[in-house]
Amino acid sequence: MTDVTTPAARPRRGWKALDLDTRLLGMIGAFIVIAIAFDIASGGRFITPRNLFNLTIQTASVAIMATGMVFIIVTRHIDLSVGSVLATTSAVMAMTQTSLMPDVLGLGLGHPLTAWVAILFGIVTGAAIGAFHGYLVGYLAIPAFIVTLGGLLVWRNVAWYLTSGQTIGPLDETFQLFGGINGTLGVTGSWILGLAASVITLWALFAARRNKISHEFPVKPMWAEVTVAAIAIGAILGFVALLNAYSVPSRVLQRNFAARGEVMPEGFTQGYGVPISIVLLIVVAIVMTVIAKRTRFGRYIFATGGNPDAAELSGINTRMLTVKIFALMGVLCAISAVVASARLANHSNDIGILDELRVIAAAVIGGTALKGGIGTIHGAIIGALIMQSLQSGMAMVGVDAPLQNIVVGGVLVLAVWIDIVYRKRTGAKD
Amino acid sequence: MDRTGTPLVELKNISISFGGVRAVDDVSLDLYPGEVVGLLGHNGAGKSTLIKILSGAYQRDSGTIRIDGKDADIRSPADARRYNIETIYQTLALADNLDAPANLFLGRELTTPFGLVDDARMEAETRKIMARLNPNFRKINDPVSALSGGQRQSVAIARAVYFNAKILIMDEPTAALGVHETKMVADLIQELKAQGLGIFLISHDTREMMDLCDRVSVMKNGQLIGTERVEDVTEDDILSMIIMGKNPKAAA
Repeated sequence: MTDVTTPAARPRRGWKALDLDTRLLGMIGAFIVIAIAFDIASGGRFITPRNLFNLTIQTASVAIMATGMVFIIVTRHIDLSVGSVLATTSAVMAMTQTSLMPDVLGLGLGHPLTAWVAILFGIVTGAAIGAFHGYLVGYLAIPAFIVTLGGLLVWRNVAWYLTSGQTIGPLDETFQLFGGINGTLGVTGSWILGLAASVITLWALFAARRNKISHEFPVKPMWAEVTVAAIAIGAILGFVALLNAYSVPSRVLQRNFAARGEVMPEGFTQGYGVPISIVLLIVVAIVMTVIAKRTRFGRYIFATGGNPDAAELSGINTRMLTVKIFALMGVLCAISAVVASARLANHSNDIGILDELRVIAAAVIGGTALKGGIGTIHGAIIGALIMQSLQSGMAMVGVDAPLQNIVVGGVLVLAVWIDIVYRKRTGAKD
Repeated sequence: MDRTGTPLVELKNISISFGGVRAVDDVSLDLYPGEVVGLLGHNGAGKSTLIKILSGAYQRDSGTIRIDGKDADIRSPADARRYNIETIYQTLALADNLDAPANLFLGRELTTPFGLVDDARMEAETRKIMARLNPNFRKINDPVSALSGGQRQSVAIARAVYFNAKILIMDEPTAALGVHETKMVADLIQELKAQGLGIFLISHDTREMMDLCDRVSVMKNGQLIGTERVEDVTEDDILSMIIMGKNPKAAA
């Protein structure tokens, strides 16, 4: 942590030359421990392609919102309304698909544009709600806690009002592709995606190294670069192989063949591959990480979180920044609403209930500091994965519902305490 | 000290009130290129408030600001920067969670052709300017919360120097520093002055002000008591202006 980064300093040796993020490793370690524990407790049912596939699609919705919550918490705000905003945007999208497009515009059910128009409306709605929250927080100086506590009630019931409390469905078939099991890339598509991701990773590592050399900054030894690249590519391809290993049940395949008027060949199998909702999560994660690390917008978010006065004195319009951050959160709620409602194949009144707590917990377990200035996108996503694996692991082992929530609540507090101890040990002041 | 040309900064009849309290009451000041003008007074005398009007943090209720003889419209810190006014605040105005390059370029990041922030180039520029200002500065990639007071101050000063400030405002730049670091800041002020910058300096240390400044202005209760050349007054004269709120020369 000291002066290893200056040209005069010694290069790092051995294990330290890898320059890995120990906090990230800790979280991945925690996930592995949880997975192994549940696997033993459930008699080997937790670490199976089927369960891990389900785990990823259950995590997607909360993880997408958690990336936005990182920015909110980093700027010392909070958003308690995300579950309700998800419900309102979901309601808008459901109404667009089942009422506006087919009946009002007379396009009928199953029009190819329906899903896309619905998603567009959902995102615009989410952005508008978020921007409105941001305006109240940034320009009228109402604390975010209060604005979004109000929003929690308001948007939950706007959704109810819009749909008259009915469950709206079934949703458009194209729309349902974003839900998880109904839309996957298939085995070949998944391998293509995995290979493309590997190539991009290699290129990014290479470009970063070349850039450092051009400025005469110290670089890692070559073996360390190769090791990091191997770990990254191994993780990508391993993830693809895992999702490909979950085969479509044979009776579903038989039904598909029968629908096309064919007979299924003997011994035919087909893997699901990477769900489209996960592709969406990966795209969101990459875009949000680039925003956080490589744009002025992201730089200002972290500067404002670290010292709001300094940010303002540096000429940053912190009020407008607040509007933008909340608008972004609204957009991510809408994207989550696509995933959540598509997974259930309809919009129901209780969609997204208690999601605000899961999303905040994911961000905080992922290392986002509530006093602002610190947080990472990948941390929040792993936080969401840890929360979801606890929840579904306990359900699998047969823990009673009240006990499940008691454990999840306890784990949240414990995780934050471990985080505080970790920060003290590593000597960071924040 | 040549004060015959156009002043670099002219503050004329500046006033600002906060909820009925006149924090700055009809104050006029000027500053010439290559000059250091010190602002003295008790806490709450209005020094920092006056200076924050010039740096764009506060907006004046009345009065005019002229830069190089032309009326200047300063309503925000960004406006002030356009007039090459840089401020080093008492509170150091650094984002503790970011590293030195991010702080140095905060609000004015260097970007790549794609509009993304160019951290490598900013780090290289930071190394260059730090090599000049504070060769002992090593912790380029650490959050500035890990730095000592002097190192933090050098980040703040580097910010002003890098962006070619013509007018520099320093609000108690040595308040949090040790002896050696204070000396470093004093040397730097002499160097910047020699380059023709105009500097407003706020401090409580009368002795230090006598050494560093060409003129000192004393404020009390929002009003300007007087502005004197340091060679014309003694330290006691200045102290009595601060405490009594009277200019001994005017009384004589």
